[in-house]
Amino acid sequence: MFTLRGVKYKDILDINELDIPEQRITCIVGESGSGKTTLLRLLNHLISYDEGEICFQKTPLSLWNPIELRRKVMMLSQSPAIFEGTVRDNLLIGFKFCEKPPVEDSQLQDALEIVRFHKDLSQDSNSLSGGEKQRLALARVLLLEPQVFLLDEPSSALDEETTQFVMEQLVQHVKHLKKTMLMVTHSKAVVQAFAEHVVETKKGKIVLTKEA
Amino acid sequence: MQGSIDLSIWQLTAAYIFILLLIVIVRLKGIPREKEILISSLRMTIQLVLVGYILAYVFEHSHPVYALVIIAIMLIFAIYNIFNRTKSPLSAEIKKIIALSMTVGILASLIYFILVVLQVSPWYEPRYVIPIAGMIIGNSMTGISLGVKTLVEGMTTNKQLVEAALILGATPKMASKQIVNNAFDAAMLPTINSMVGMGIVFLPGMMTGQILGGASPVVAIEYQIAVMLGIVGSVSLTVLLFVQLGYKTFFNSRIQMKI
Repeated sequence: MFTLRGVKYKDILDINELDIPEQRITCIVGESGSGKTTLLRLLNHLISYDEGEICFQKTPLSLWNPIELRRKVMMLSQSPAIFEGTVRDNLLIGFKFCEKPPVEDSQLQDALEIVRFHKDLSQDSNSLSGGEKQRLALARVLLLEPQVFLLDEPSSALDEETTQFVMEQLVQHVKHLKKTMLMVTHSKAVVQAFAEHVVETKKGKIVLTKEA
Repeated sequence: MQGSIDLSIWQLTAAYIFILLLIVIVRLKGIPREKEILISSLRMTIQLVLVGYILAYVFEHSHPVYALVIIAIMLIFAIYNIFNRTKSPLSAEIKKIIALSMTVGILASLIYFILVVLQVSPWYEPRYVIPIAGMIIGNSMTGISLGVKTLVEGMTTNKQLVEAALILGATPKMASKQIVNNAFDAAMLPTINSMVGMGIVFLPGMMTGQILGGASPVVAIEYQIAVMLGIVGSVSLTVLLFVQLGYKTFFNSRIQMKI
């Protein structure tokens, strides 16, 4: 799905060779500051690499229309932004940004069910906790059904039990839709339970890739 | 038309004494602003005396080149004033957009008002063209300064939200819509407020000037209405051009944020 060759970004990332397989769950692990988030930002094309080449579906990122690419390869930040308005507004704003027709409330509810979010759609999003905001943003990305999910520590604000539940649901959903998922995580339990492919980074370099 | 009272040198001196009294009071109260008041009063005096003589000359020797040169000087001064007034650093790109919006917006409004509304003949008659250009340029300058400030600060403080929208596949236009709207509102607010309060809370400067100059209040009001509409039109046009082009300078060709 993604191939990276000789990619350099400032003095943060230096990746000789990396392939991200299609329709698999890939986990990126590594200590803080080792370039994991930067890698996701490169793949979402929020930043451009200085050297080398990243291809998505065999086409270099520089030849993709950035907006079109981001609609296929969607990212969830570690501290996701929540927009003004209700829970419903925050879910529907994704459709507006993507220029997709909005969906019915029942579908919004289904997505919230996957991430174990039990608040009313008309609730003001300002009053949500950090963990709730994270799950709401995850549901927003899920609803848009991109080809690739780039998730930056999607469970960092969740407790162990919720993490287990949400991840299970999420992986099942992504598998069912035959999508690709690339996830940065610090949780060994998540890697053990769900990773099909593991990439380890250290000081901006890839030190390990293995099938799980 | 009845002429206005020509102020004698003694009358003007009395006005300065008024300011001197004020400086004494400010000083006694321990507010360290006497220097600023003094310098700005002096600066105002010198600037106005110079302008008075220049205008007197230009009114005597009316010529299209004079009118154009004076409008150009006012415009350039206004544009530099906008650059200096904004505290956050401005990119070269956004400076170009400011200059372009000011020039196009002001010239379009000015041409329409001089030729269609006021039907000044000849078009370069300095007695009309210069004061009206001054008012249109001054108000547009204030408006756009506020628009620049709101846009630049909005983009910087809401960078995360703008980027979050980009991540979800938004175009720069969608991602910055709220900030662009806020910038337009902020820029228009003073002009809208001044229209609402006009005639009740205060008498506008131009009207006051005409009445002091001996014109009938009704004539003064006719001009004031026309000029006020010209100002609103020009401020809207310059600010609209600025925000519509300005937000784009925060994104590069790969639709990534530059700040």
